[in-house]
Amino acid sequence: MEEPAGFTMRDVTVTFGGLTALSEVSLTARPRQVLGVIGPNGAGKTTLFNVACGFVTPDSGALTWRGRQLQRLRPHDLAGLGIARTLQGLGLFDRMTVLDNVLVGADHIGRAGFWSGLLGAPRATRDEARLRERALAALDELGVAAYADRSPASLPYALRKKVSLARALVAEPALLLLDEPASGLSDEEMADLGERLRGLTDRMAVMLVEHHMDLVMSVCDDLVVLDFGRVIATGSPADVRDDPAVRAAYLGEAVEAEPSRGKGA
Amino acid sequence: MTRALSRAGAVLRSHLVLAVLGVVVIVAVLTAVGDFRAVQLTQMAYLGIAAGGLTVLTGLNGQISLGHGALMAVGAYTTALLLQDDEPMLPLLGVLVAATLVTLVVGAAIGVAAARLHGPYLAGATLALAVAVPGIALYFGDTLGGEQGLRVRVPDAPDWVLDLAFFVTGQDLTPSKYVAYLGWFTLVVAYVGLANLSRSRVGRRWRAVRDDEVAAEVAGIGLGRARVSAFVVSAAAAGAAGFVMAVSVRLAAPSGFSLTLSLTLLTAVVLGGLGTLTGALAGAALLTFLPDVITDAGVSAGLDDIRAAELAPLLYGLVMVAVILLAPSGLVGSLRTAWHRLGHTTSKGEPS
Repeated sequence: MEEPAGFTMRDVTVTFGGLTALSEVSLTARPRQVLGVIGPNGAGKTTLFNVACGFVTPDSGALTWRGRQLQRLRPHDLAGLGIARTLQGLGLFDRMTVLDNVLVGADHIGRAGFWSGLLGAPRATRDEARLRERALAALDELGVAAYADRSPASLPYALRKKVSLARALVAEPALLLLDEPASGLSDEEMADLGERLRGLTDRMAVMLVEHHMDLVMSVCDDLVVLDFGRVIATGSPADVRDDPAVRAAYLGEAVEAEPSRGKGA
Repeated sequence: MTRALSRAGAVLRSHLVLAVLGVVVIVAVLTAVGDFRAVQLTQMAYLGIAAGGLTVLTGLNGQISLGHGALMAVGAYTTALLLQDDEPMLPLLGVLVAATLVTLVVGAAIGVAAARLHGPYLAGATLALAVAVPGIALYFGDTLGGEQGLRVRVPDAPDWVLDLAFFVTGQDLTPSKYVAYLGWFTLVVAYVGLANLSRSRVGRRWRAVRDDEVAAEVAGIGLGRARVSAFVVSAAAAGAAGFVMAVSVRLAAPSGFSLTLSLTLLTAVVLGGLGTLTGALAGAALLTFLPDVITDAGVSAGLDDIRAAELAPLLYGLVMVAVILLAPSGLVGSLRTAWHRLGHTTSKGEPS
């Protein structure tokens, strides 16, 4: 069978002891699209994200990215393949500046090696300048360049989230994986995030794991709904919204409330 | 582009400018002092080199090592083995490089193991190293001289060095001062390298791994590689320090590399402030010069010599506890904070 060009999971099963966290989950994140993975608490969203990131190795099933098998790679190998991730806990380096945080995200596109760094060779200087330029541009694009020299710990949460997103975007990934990007944001900030994510689709594929319905419904092209580790529905936000299994398992009230606030995809 | 480039260039230039300034100060100081102080200054140099390497490991990469004294021993014994004959096969500079490289290789082996360990386990493993290494010298007594250790025959300074020293300082270069210059030039070179690395991509990786392993991994940084490289760099510095020590005390013996030495290095690093090279140097200065002052004070306060000599370690212990409790960023860090409170803005917590 020919694999699609994007990121796929095929029949991924993960068990922890006797507990089945994911059961034969398949999904595809296509280029220029936003794929949303939703589901109630405990549905397996976090496990799925960890599998996609390489932190959890599935018991069976396959992961591919641009036709390449991923499941044997280690988490840090993925960055070099153009896969960027943001973490739910943000994982900012609090004892480094905002700019350095973003520079870490650009590390794998750096060219200067150990020896030129040790000697302070012009090659290292030029490379560093190039990365700095990119990092500042990434911060600027998200409107946080003014905080480049600050410690991320001193920033409000919404700005910290932007720094974490800038770190993921600085190396121009082709696939962006986001874990709960909307958590802790106000409605206004979430709307802003939604627009930014839509704006990314001309450059990359996006997959987000999220429980926040407003964001998912307005941003995603495709949805995968998980419940008890199984995919119970897939399709466009409109399809999923009307799916009786989804309504029964999870959406219920959220769907009733949604049309008044949703903006539509 | 030009802004960023000139900024990065300025950083490099500032390291070189500092290094040149350092050399000027060193020459001036070593010209002014007598042989006794020159020997003390050499001690400060080797403690400073090793502490500089340790502060990079502990401060920038978050790995603790109680075994850096043992790594110094590797450098010192390598030096001693290469300087047994009247006609050594390598020039002194070559011996320095060899001592550094041998320690680097040993450090790599330890670093690979250390990369899998955390916190107290790493402390325990490196502690074992500190305890075991003097034992190795005893076990291979035939080659390594056992309890007595190995004498180090330091070759005389070459004529051009003597001439240059006389030309610059107007004095004849004594052997002690020759060694002091060796030690301090080694320190300057080591510090420039360590400072360059800290500010480079390599140092940024170390700090990222220290701050958040998962996030560093997600950004594409291999944790093992980052940890091992920090350990290797740190070990290389300890090896160079071992060379200076061996050449200065003209002996490599197990008693010189007891656990106390490892703890002394850690004390220097903590006192000065983790992660800063200036802090490591300040810590080394305190550890070199303070014992005399304290011991003298003890004697004049009416203690007998032995008790007075025990005052210094006691005071270190107390001061270390106090620093950890009251000023976790160390002396240099606390001074910086005070400086900023006085209204001076921005510093980036990078080593300087």
